[in-house]
Amino acid sequence: MSVLVVVECADGEVKKSSLEVASYGAQVAAQLGTTATAIAVGEANEANLAKLGEQGITKVLYDAEPRLKDFVNNAYTKLIATAAEQEQAKIIVLANSNIGAAVGSRLSVRLKASLATNVVELPKTDNGQFLVRRGAFSGKAFSDVVLSGDRKIIAVKKNSTEARHDAGKTAEVTGFSAQLSDADFADAPTQVVMQDQAGGILLPEAERVVSGGRGMKGPENWGLIEDLAKALGAATACSKPVSDVDWRPHHEHVGQTGITISPNLYIACGISGAIQHLAGVNSSKVIVVINKDPEAPFFKAADYGIVGDVFDVLPKLTAAVKELN
Amino acid sequence: MKFLVCISNVPDTTTKIAFTPDNKEFNKAGVQFVINPWDEYALTRAIELKEAAGSGTVTVLNVGEADTEPNIRKALAIGADDAIRVNAVPQDAYFVAEQIAAIAKDGAYDVILMGKESIDYNGFQVHGMVGEMLGIPTVAPAMKLDMSGNTATLEREIEGGKEIVTVNTPFVASCQQPMCEPRIPNMRGIMTARTKPLKVVPAVGEPARTTVAEFALPPKKQGVKLIPAETAGDLIKLLRNEAKVI
Ligand SMILES: Cc1cc2nc3c(=O)[nH]c(=O)nc-3n(C[C@H](O)[C@H](O)[C@H](O)COP(=O)(O)OP(=O)(O)OC[C@H]3O[C@@H](n4cnc5c(N)ncnc54)[C@H](O)[C@@H]3O)c2cc1C
Repeated sequence: MSVLVVVECADGEVKKSSLEVASYGAQVAAQLGTTATAIAVGEANEANLAKLGEQGITKVLYDAEPRLKDFVNNAYTKLIATAAEQEQAKIIVLANSNIGAAVGSRLSVRLKASLATNVVELPKTDNGQFLVRRGAFSGKAFSDVVLSGDRKIIAVKKNSTEARHDAGKTAEVTGFSAQLSDADFADAPTQVVMQDQAGGILLPEAERVVSGGRGMKGPENWGLIEDLAKALGAATACSKPVSDVDWRPHHEHVGQTGITISPNLYIACGISGAIQHLAGVNSSKVIVVINKDPEAPFFKAADYGIVGDVFDVLPKLTAAVKELN
Repeated sequence: MKFLVCISNVPDTTTKIAFTPDNKEFNKAGVQFVINPWDEYALTRAIELKEAAGSGTVTVLNVGEADTEPNIRKALAIGADDAIRVNAVPQDAYFVAEQIAAIAKDGAYDVILMGKESIDYNGFQVHGMVGEMLGIPTVAPAMKLDMSGNTATLEREIEGGKEIVTVNTPFVASCQQPMCEPRIPNMRGIMTARTKPLKVVPAVGEPARTTVAEFALPPKKQGVKLIPAETAGDLIKLLRNEAKVI
């Protein structure tokens, strides 16, 4: 019995959310008195995979099949299922990402496993039960879920657990083949288009986020948001009406019907704080609200606030960050 | 083309979430239920594709008890042709997926659409489970869906970009914005919805694989610390020295 961790890679690097997942998996393995093995997907680099030892992984399986570079649902599912059988893994841990959720749900049927997505804490394994806490009601609540059955799959919410770093530890990287055939790649993408990310920081993985709402008045003013984001090393986000009218792209829309994020720092500029918006961001560790209306509901959900005009306040904040650095 | 659109019945997005005193169940008292907002993309896009093709049917499917029927009727008013309700409490994603897979197979549906996830359970699981149970491809989450004959071209969101995926029917897709502009019912739709067929069938399959032991609410914020706009720069010092997040 072991714990199998699915590690997503891009451009040779292990994604930040997968470092978190690796740490999570290693801690679950320790709880259960076993070891954690990783299976790499995406474009991986062996030296970086070996470094997963720092997160507590002992062994990394890597299939160098070039068509695994892009996400292919069937091929990834078969690859991970094969690794799980080989390692006799009772527990599979992956990121609650678009890849993790797509593969995890198929795997749960193939491996007859119970699945919990959006998991925010380590499992509780006392008195013979296996209990995980997951986010529900779009960030407005949590539910503690009992996973029955012999096999379990856990998809861990991004930024909800911290990646450990035991410097110097290395994992053994071993070649692995799931004997994938052409049929497994039938649903391969015909084209992959990457967006330009502000400063190369992906919103779902970002530790800091600067977000703008209708109070920003128009897309021509987003330079103020981007300047602060750049100074802070933050990603940019927006409220729903802002992406609905195409001031910003849809992938920046956070909230109940957009993406849910939990960065360490969320700075809301000219956003009123409607309940649907809060749902997507209220698990952020620290929330800062800048709004000219002292009655804006967002202040009730904030840690720090500035009652003021974004056009006056944002340049001051950017200048203060630059001064500090 | 036969479309099957799965809808779930969820608390309205403005709902303040509360639980029964033992924290075992969601407190439904006074809560208005709506069609899951993500499912509205699936429903509207299915209707648009049917209209564009000039033929086909759109069936809505819900796993729920009788209290979900007003929202099933709403889906019919928006433009679905008929509806099926599996008369059962939707226990978990696996259980719901089993119901959908059974009906999709029985009815030989070509395209099975649903929202990316439900805004109450937030599982983001059902699409993949259904696809795996039926042995057909899943595309999730899909931002765009076009059909030409039996071939669909979809845009699938990945972190940091998108993939263009082509699949043949039958397939499953879970939908999200900006796929279409969700429609709202018009008067004529509401009138005709009353007489459209709504079939109620019993649940099938194995029991759920997960059970909720308890719900919890997030901890309340301590209260906001206000910084005067004139000295806005002080905020940055507080974020470094006090909150330690930069
Ligand atoms: C089914 C449904 C789902 C939804 N899902 C989402 C979702 O996922 N995400 C989401 O964000 N919304 C969502 N909404 C919309 C939500 O209800 C709000 O309408 C929306 O969040 C408001 O966006 P906003 O705060 O940018 O705009 P507004 O509510 O218009 O607020 C603008 C704010 O800017 C402030 N302001 C104006 N000028 C300035 C200035 N110069 N300086 C400082 N402050 C200024 C104003 O005081 C105001 O508070 C949803 C709604 C529905 C019905």
